[in-house]
Parts: sequence; C-alpha cells; structure tokens
Amino acid sequence: MATEKRDKEEEEVKTDDGSLKIKPRPIVQLGIFLVAHSPVFSVVFSAAGVLALLILPLLAKNTYISENALMPGSARSMLSNRDVSDGSKLVKDIKNYRLNHEGQVQKLIGKYMSEMGAEVYYQKFHPEGNQFHPLHFFSGPDSYTLLDNVSCASYGVNVAGIIRAPRGDGKESIVLVTPYDFINGGDYEALSLGITGTLFSLLARVTWLSKDIIWLVADSRYGDYRPVAAWLTEYHSPSFKDSDLLKCGELNTADKFRRAGTMAAALVLKVDGRSERFEDTLSIYAEASNGQMPNLDLINVVNYLAVHRQGFYVKVEKVVSLLSSSWLKIIGEIFEAVGKLAHTLNPDWNFGIPTADYLEGSATLASSLYSQALGIPTGPHGAFRDYQVDAITLKVSPRFPPDSKTRQHDFFLRGAKLLEGTIRSVNNLLEKFHQSFFLYLLTSPSKFISVGVYMIAFALLVASLPMVAASLYIDGCKALNNSTLNPAGNFKSWKWLDAAKQVFALHLFGLIVTLLPYFICQVPGQHSPSNRSIMWGTTSSSLLLITFATIPGCSPFSSRRHGTNWAVLKSVTISAAFIGLCLMSIINFATAEIGALLLVPTCLIVQPIKPALRSRRIKSLLGAFCSMVLLTIGFPVMLFAISKGLFGEGLVGLSLGGEFWTWLESLWAWKSATYLYIGMVHLPCWLLCLCILFHPS
Amino acid sequence: MASLVRSWIPLLILQSFLVAVAFGSKEAEQFSEALLLKPLPDRKVLAHFHFENRAPPSNSHGRHHHLFPKAISQLVQKFRVKEMELSFTQGRWNHEHWGGFDPLSSMNAKPVGVELWAVFDVPQSQVDTSWKNLTHALSGLFCASINFLESSTSYAAPTWGFGTNSDKLRYGSLPREAVCTENLTPWLKLLPCRDKDGISALMNRPSVYRGFYHSQRLHLSTVESGQEGLGSGIVLEQTLTVVLQPETTSVETNMQPSWSLSSLFGRKVVGSCVLAKSSNVYLQLEGRLGHESKNVDTEIEAHKLWKNADFDLSLKPDRVLRESSGLLFIFDIDKSSDSEPFDLGLNWKLPSKWSCQQAPLQASRFLMGSGNERGAIAILLKATESQEKLPGRELTDGRCTIKANIFQIFPWYIKVYYHTLQIFVDQQQKTDSEVLKKINVSPSTDKVSSGMLEMMLELPCEVKSAAISIEYDKGFLHIDEYPPDANQGFDIPSALISFPSHHASLDFQEELSKSPLLSSFKEKSLVRSYTEVLLVPLTTPDFSMPYNVITITCTIFALYFGSLLNVLRRRIGEEERFLKSQGKKTGGVKQLLLRLTAKIRGRPIEAPSSESPAAESSFLSTKLIFKIILIAGAAAAWQYFSTDK
Repeated sequence: MATEKRDKEEEEVKTDDGSLKIKPRPIVQLGIFLVAHSPVFSVVFSAAGVLALLILPLLAKNTYISENALMPGSARSMLSNRDVSDGSKLVKDIKNYRLNHEGQVQKLIGKYMSEMGAEVYYQKFHPEGNQFHPLHFFSGPDSYTLLDNVSCASYGVNVAGIIRAPRGDGKESIVLVTPYDFINGGDYEALSLGITGTLFSLLARVTWLSKDIIWLVADSRYGDYRPVAAWLTEYHSPSFKDSDLLKCGELNTADKFRRAGTMAAALVLKVDGRSERFEDTLSIYAEASNGQMPNLDLINVVNYLAVHRQGFYVKVEKVVSLLSSSWLKIIGEIFEAVGKLAHTLNPDWNFGIPTADYLEGSATLASSLYSQALGIPTGPHGAFRDYQVDAITLKVSPRFPPDSKTRQHDFFLRGAKLLEGTIRSVNNLLEKFHQSFFLYLLTSPSKFISVGVYMIAFALLVASLPMVAASLYIDGCKALNNSTLNPAGNFKSWKWLDAAKQVFALHLFGLIVTLLPYFICQVPGQHSPSNRSIMWGTTSSSLLLITFATIPGCSPFSSRRHGTNWAVLKSVTISAAFIGLCLMSIINFATAEIGALLLVPTCLIVQPIKPALRSRRIKSLLGAFCSMVLLTIGFPVMLFAISKGLFGEGLVGLSLGGEFWTWLESLWAWKSATYLYIGMVHLPCWLLCLCILFHPS
Repeated sequence: MASLVRSWIPLLILQSFLVAVAFGSKEAEQFSEALLLKPLPDRKVLAHFHFENRAPPSNSHGRHHHLFPKAISQLVQKFRVKEMELSFTQGRWNHEHWGGFDPLSSMNAKPVGVELWAVFDVPQSQVDTSWKNLTHALSGLFCASINFLESSTSYAAPTWGFGTNSDKLRYGSLPREAVCTENLTPWLKLLPCRDKDGISALMNRPSVYRGFYHSQRLHLSTVESGQEGLGSGIVLEQTLTVVLQPETTSVETNMQPSWSLSSLFGRKVVGSCVLAKSSNVYLQLEGRLGHESKNVDTEIEAHKLWKNADFDLSLKPDRVLRESSGLLFIFDIDKSSDSEPFDLGLNWKLPSKWSCQQAPLQASRFLMGSGNERGAIAILLKATESQEKLPGRELTDGRCTIKANIFQIFPWYIKVYYHTLQIFVDQQQKTDSEVLKKINVSPSTDKVSSGMLEMMLELPCEVKSAAISIEYDKGFLHIDEYPPDANQGFDIPSALISFPSHHASLDFQEELSKSPLLSSFKEKSLVRSYTEVLLVPLTTPDFSMPYNVITITCTIFALYFGSLLNVLRRRIGEEERFLKSQGKKTGGVKQLLLRLTAKIRGRPIEAPSSESPAAESSFLSTKLIFKIILIAGAAAAWQYFSTDK
C-alpha cells in the first residue's frame, strides 16, 4: 500500500514537473479553483441552498423546556367552580349591560376587578396610529407625543387591574391582555373576558404569587394593537405634561395610572370564531416587529400545558395553499422515500418523516418565514417586544356556539387552567426568560428550527455570489484589456470604478424612492391609495430617467462607448447584492432568506439579451428567457401580487397599485426593515439586473 | 418544654430579686413587652410586638448584664454605636389601606429586604471602618448577608435627607435579602424570655410568615448619663410587625372578619414573661369607632365601649384610652395563667368601614424607557385624600407649602445624569428654583462608590401631583461582577420620602403610666414612606458560553497573527528565486520529494543527504500509514462504542 501511494505521489510530481510553477498555498488554491469553476459551483451552491431550505422541516427538532425553573404543569390547579361562576357572571353582566345601557362597559369590568381586590384604573388613549418618519426608523418606541388639539370625538378607554402579590416585593409583573371592543364586541370576544375573569378571581386569593398580575382589557375599537401600544407607552414613558385627552368624557383618569414593576412576560388572550375541529383550537402567534420572536420557552410552556394538560388542539399559522400544492407533495414523497431507504441501511438514521407531516411542516415554516420577513407583528403581543418583554397571543376557538351555557363552564375552566399554569410557570422564574432560543422558526407548535440550522440555507445561497463576482471581474478585466486601449487601462485596479458609479447611482436612487412616500404623504389634500401609488410611480420613473440622462454610462440605452463592460457591472452588482443581503440577514434573517431566494438566481443568471438573440443558440435563448422571467417576478409590485395569490387572498385587478401602496404603508408604519430592504437593496439590484439585461454589448 | 420553663422561672425570679437587692441604689435594667393589635380597613389585622430593654449607664466596663443581651452591649462598646437601626422586611406596606400618618407606620413601614443605618461616636475618619466592622458583626449575629453592605458601592452617608442630621451616619440597604425564620431566631435570642414565655410565645413561625407583611426591627440608642465617669446606657427596642389575614367563614365581603389571638397565631398567651416589668396587650380601633360616646365616666358607658352593637371583645379591657382618631384598649396579661390563657378576641357584628390616615403625599417610583442602553427613574407624588386635613402646613412668603424630602441611593452602574432632573407639578414643568429648596448630590464613581441624591421639595398645599424624573445610562459590569442570577436584573434600593414638617404622634387625652410602647407613640416621629424597589435589566453576557468565546477569540487571533506574520516575513520573489536556483541544482523530482519529506517531518528543507531519499521516504510513509491506521482504528473503536447501546 505504501509503495502504491508513493507511486501516485510520484506521478503527480511528474505531471507538475514540466512547468515548475510554485504552488500557491492551499487556501488560495482552493479560492482560485472555486473562482475558475464558478458557474458550476454557483449552480451547485444555489441548488444546495434551495435544497437546504426544503429539507428544513426534516431537520426540525422537538421543543423542550430549557429553563428548569418553569416546571410547567407540576402544580395542581387551584381553580374552583366559584371562580368559574364569577367569570360566567361577568360575561352575563356585560351582555345584559350592553343590551340595556348605552355607556361604558369599562366601568362594569372595573367594578368586577375591584370587587376581586385589585387596584383598578382607566386609561384614555388616542387611536392615532403610527406615522412614517424616515428618521425614526430604527429608533426605539418613541415617547408618547400628544397632539396639541386632541379631539374628544374618538378616543378609547382601557381598563387595567393590578393584583399585588401578597408577599412579593413588587419588582416584577406578569401582564394579561384581553382585547375587547366595548361597542361592537361579539359574544365570542366576551368569552375571553370570561376566561380571564375566572382566572383573576383565583389569582386574587392565591398566596403563591411572587409577581404582580396586571389584567389589561384593551379597548379594541381601533384595532388590537393600538390600545396595547398606547398603554405600554403610558407605562414606560409617560408624559407628565398636561394633555387635553384627560378632559374628554366623564371618566377622570388623571394621575390614576398605576404600575407594577418590570414586566416578566405578557399573554394576550383572544377568543374568536368557532373551531372547525372537534376540539377547542388554540392558535399561537408569536412574531413581533422585524421578525423578533419571544423566547421559545414561553411557547413551549403554553404548548405543553395546552396539549398535555388541557387537551386543546394547538396550531400555529400556516400557508394553507401550500398544503395542496402538488410539487411540494412530490418533494415530500421523495424525502420520505429517501428517509425510508436510509432507515433500511442503518436503523439509526431516522430523519425521514411522512409526506403529510412534511407538507404541514413546510406550510407552517413558510408562514413562519413570511410573518418574520414581513416584519409586522401578528398581534398585540408585538407591542411588548418593543420593551423587551416576551409576549405571545393566544387565540382560542371554542367548538361550541357562544350561547351554550353548559359548554361555557367547561371552556372557562380549561382556558383559565391553561393561563393559570402558564402564569404559575412564569411566576416561578427568578430570572427573565433567557435560557431558550430567541432565533428560531416554527414548523409546528412543538417543533422548531434553530438559527444554527436555518442559517445554512442562506449561507449556501449567498456563498456563490462572491465567487461569481470574482470570476466575472477577472473576465471583465481581460475583455477590457483586449478590447479597449484607453489610457485608463493603465490603472489596472480601477476598472470597477465606472461600474461602481452606476451601482452607487442606482442605490442612491433606491434611497430616494424609499423616502418618497414620506413626501407624498405630505402632499395636501385627500388622495386615494391608488392615486398616491401613481404619484409615486411617476415621480420614481421620472427620477430614474433623470438619473439615466445625467450620469453617463448609467443607462442601458446609452451608446456603447460610454458603457462599461457588462461583466464588470454584473460583478459589482453582485457584490452590492451580497453586501446588502448579508447586512439584512443581521437585521431580519427571514427577509434576507426570502430576498436571497429571489435576488441570487436573478443576479446569477442575468446576461445581456442582445448577444443572446443574435447568437440564436438555444442555450443562450433559454438563459435570456429565464432572466426575463426572473426579472418580471423580481419587480416588487409583481412580487406583491404573487404573494397575495399564494396566500389565497385572490388576485386583484386594477386596484393593485393602491393595494401595493397600502401594503407598503403598513410596512413603514410598523417600522419594518423589509421596507428598507425592498427600497435600498432589492430595487437597485433589480434595476441593475435590468441594465445588464439590456446592455448594448 | 413548658414544665422546664416553669421550673426555671423561680430561679430567675430569685436571681432578679438578688440583683435588685445588690443594685438597689442604682437604676436597674428594665425589660418590657407589649403587643399592639389593630384591625385594618382591608379586612386584615396588624400585630405589632414591641420589646424594650434598657441598660442604665454604668461605670464598670465589661460588666455582666442581667437582662440586657451581652452581644448588643459588646457591639455598642466595640464600634461606638450611638444609634443604630436594622430591619428585615418581607412584603410591601400598603400605605393606602394600612395608613401612613401614624407613628406605627412611619416607624415600621420599611423597605423590602434589609435596611441598616447607624450613627457612630467616633472621629470622622474612623466612621467607615466602624461601619464595615459593624456590618460583619451584624451579619454573623443575624445570619444575614449584611456584610455585603461593607463595600463602599452599597452604602451612603446622607447628610440631611434621611431625617437624622449627622455626618457620622451611614445608610445601606439590601433589597434582595430574603427574610425568613433564620433571621428571626437570633433576634428572639436577644429577648430574656426568648419565645418561650410571655407575648413572644405567640410567634408561631408558620402564622408569622404567612402574613402579608413582616418586618422585624432592632433599634438601639445610647443614652448619655451626663455624669462624669459613668458610661452610657443603652436602649434596645425590638419590634416585629406582621399583617395577618384572619381566616373567615362569612361570605359577606363588607363584613370585617372576627378574630382571636388563637385564630391569628394558633397559640395563646399563657402568662407574661416574668422578667418583664410590664407586659400589656393593646387593641387599637381607628376611625369613627372612637367618637361614639364622649364620656366614659360611668361603668355602663365604659362597658359599652367594648361590648356594643358594632363589635364585642372577648375580654374586659383593663383600661380604655382615647386618642384623636380612635380608641385604645389596654389589657394586662399578668392575670392569665395555664388554666385561663389570655385569648383576646374581636367579634364584629355589623359591617363597618373606616379609613386610615395617610401621609400628605403618596409616593410611587418607576422606571421609564426601554432598551439596555438608557432609561429614566421617575418618582410620582400624589396627593392623598386626607392631605387637606393634616397639620404641618407651612406658610412661606404667604403661600401654604408642603415640604418633602427625597433621599435616594443609586448604585454605580446606574449612571445618573443629574442635570436631566425634571420636576413637574400638576402637569406643569417647573424650574428647579421654583420648587427645589435644597439639593445635595454626590455622584457615583464607577466601581468605587454609589451615588446619592437628597432633595427637598417645597410644593404648594393644593398640589394634586408632582413628578420627578431623572435620566441615567446603564453601565457595563465586568464578567465577574455579575451576581449569580444576573439575568433577573439589578435592584435600585427604595427611595425614602419624608415630610420634615409633618410629625405623627398619638396624643391621648389622659396621662398614662410609662408604657414604653405608648410613650414611643407619643413622641413625635417624622412621617416617612419608602417607595418600591426597582428592577433594572442590564446587559448580561451569555454566561454559559465562555468556551465558545474562548475558541472564537483564539481562532481570530490565530488567523490574524498568522496572516500578519506571513505578510511581514515572507518575500515571495526571494522564495521563487531560491526555488529556481534549487531546481537547477537538483532534479525536480528529488526537490519535490525533499519538500514532501520535509513537510511530513515538519522540518525545514535540508540539504540533500547521502542517504537514499527513496528509502527514507518509504520508511516515513510506513510510519505515516501506521499513524493513519492508528487514528482510523481509534475512530472505528469510538464509533463502535458510542453507537453500542
């Protein structure tokens, strides 16, 4: 064996012998090798990236309780029938009150809370939503700046009750939120008050509390999020100045606001609609703004108690349309077959999962990715994340109609037991949530993918970008050297400067387009979203034309003499896309992941269309076609329409522009970094790809 | 146990008698015990145990005490303590329902955890040393981590904001100290009868710690004799304040629960502590109850006071005192015995409601802002309903004003910017000169000393609310400065709000015997209230990942230095030339083989030796292959054993 090896070595040496080149170091060698074969590797890496994304449901791990102090379900529930009857009475009272009186139900709830022994107060807030301000994008939750002339016409009133822990030190608190529309709230919504009322009745007399309990009944007349956010701003950054809002209405709320220390966790409870399944359904919503998630332990505790103690059917959001998609089914079947094969080879390899599970997992994963990427909180819990409070929304759907008295008792009991168990676990915590994951994707309520695993897909996707950029740059340099004999050619390393100028100009354009909506909003007069989007579109395109006209060499239509070499341009574009994606992956990973899925193939495949048409070879024609398709899909408006179709909301016709505007408005109103990504990374790169496509080479 | 105690009692009596004979001329040591019970408006009962131990001034150093605990007197002598107060508290005092303007609450409503302050009678330069030694001594004495107050970052020297004006005062508090029976036992040891006899026998641990509020306090002060040659006397005051919830069977929510001593504590009083000079039980009833009948001259009227339509007491009080806001029933427990234990009960017949007198302003404190970078502390003072009725208003420049002192310690990692102090009175921002009468700031030094803020506000009498906010930056701690539960956050000790122009006292209409409890109530005490403890989340490193940090740091270092050295040291052109000249000398094959062997052996390329390179390389290859086989074998073995179940 030894001689054999030596022979081999000698052979190698002999082949190298002739040229007698000094071998570069292995790492450099590897780099050169990769760059030299970049087309192959880029395809392999991108395919591997997509594949890695597809097999994520297989790699999902079962969740586990990481923090030992939580001890979910270890204590016996102390809820009694008395508590449940208290809760039922509250629901009945509210129903009767609303039938007979026109007025504030808040007072009724406040009375109930104070009867339980809680400290009650009311808080008025203004439904004024978030306003886009370009400079406040990444700043924290801004202090409550009250408008000078507040009209009393529209304001909401929150009720909050605080139970002080009998022997606690008052440093920490747990928040329970039940959004309730005091004017139009339906019967189902009132059930959430029943559950929390039941729980509150218990908590008011237990002795094991170590953290104070705050029950906030949020006035959801103006949406679920706004009242909670307003309450939190008042809690954390009150304005001590006089405000006109306090004088509205008969309720005097001045100086009544009470606090209960640092919040340890928050639970938002909602009851809506009837469950489609046989069991009561519990949906968990966890995504907060910019893809931030609460600690996984909180979801674990709720999931554990709901499944193993109270017998709820727990689910998280999923993309329903994916469940019936045939291509995903085929992939699932393939994975199942591979898994089975692997299992026969080695019984320890158990990564195969059934196709149905795979479909469910992928649909949930897609929804999880989408919600995180959108950067808009999926419920009122998002407001808590701004203050580093772990919070989730629990949406319970009972399996009975709301007026069924007999079932209601059982429903209250189980719902309150679930909340009691969760509160008891959080109450056990000595430290705030920190043990478990903050960066994860859910594939089912009890399965998750941690950051270490889902990063691989993204890393593989973007890995091909620098390789291709380098190889293109080398090609471009060679081409330049051969074709032109301009004096700039002497500056060997400055060849990318022209291309960089163009890339920079288009990124600047992207920035301006991103900021334009702010100025369009300042345009006086009422405009419909469609009008605004038209305004935006026209200003943007005229700006684009100006950019092309003023900066020579920028335009794809400029003469060839001014134009840069397309390979160098593509190389710089790809570098810019790479930097943009990597930066975005730090801010919001899911956005970067989805962005990479779109941008990477487009950037890699795009080539000037003219030579392809001229050559009339099938390969180049196919390439041109693919790049055309990808570029069409890559246009943000198109993307929006496709995503709408995918999520089953129905394609929209002419009002697409208006809807797109509304969508973007919601993005910037929620301070979603995705908006910045679309404007400052995706759009310029897409335009650059367009420039390359129509490059006159 | 009881029989044992009883067998001891005659001996003790004899001893005390002898002592009394021996020191007949001098003032003798005195011990008195008292228990004050007070129903609270929110259906709870307050029990306040009060023990006072007096050691008269004496000239003999190191003399043996008869009743006075030796440990305390030694402490006083050693550290020259002039006045000291130590309190252990669990739970929060509810100022709204339990009162804030009576001597009881202003003295016994303490911040959560441990609070210690002491005034020393030593030269200014030795105060800090004495304080440090005292904390250690107390730490050992009371089984608590009071020694953490030793570090200069945890205590402060208030000048006037604390209420006691002295430059030899040191103040510190430990909000996170858990208080339990291990702290109570050493405290009880200081009593002559411990908890074996007398009133302290009521202290059944489960019932005491089941309460909503629990504060044990030890206050000692030295009394100068004034005579030449005599030392100083010591007064040791020990109090335990508990707020209990009587168990109730009635469903009616507005009915006050009836209770008795045995139902509250699960025990009864069987006689007084024989060493006590006086042992009394007081029952204080507040509110409208006191105003029912004006004169108690006749026996029937007096009887009506304790057995009427509203309530009745199970025992006949020995005396009834009236003060401005209520009634005080006095019971002497000397008469009780084994067969007839003292078991005071209060039985409510009608629902009754009353409210406690509150401090002029109610204080609450909270944190503002979000994130791990900066924040603000806000103190909110709200006018209470009873504010207008209170005495103690002052007229300055024709305006009626309320004075409020705020005393606050900031740990050094809360870097307060004192210039950001903002004061709002009734939602209007005020300049400092308008409301701020005095302010004293001592900024903190990183890792050396804590910051302190004392200020005196002068607010108009009709004030509805006042808010003070001050901004801070959160500091970074070194990794080994974090406590074990760093992720909980860090505590900011309670702020003390006191009202220098308001004094709480009970004034009784008739003069009474010298009961220490009552005389302490009659003294005017400063109205003070403590705010909540705050929890500030600071940035915390991931403590579970030092290994990851070490590896990643090492990798980065290796990469950095490796490449830097390469760049600095290697000259590629030179190497190329060298290699070329080498290549001319020896054949390419040989050269490469040489390089290969050199690489394998890990040595620089040697000059070609006489030995046959082929033979050497074959020998080395076998060695190499042996190594490979060894490693492969080890890997296979590991795989085998690890998968084997």
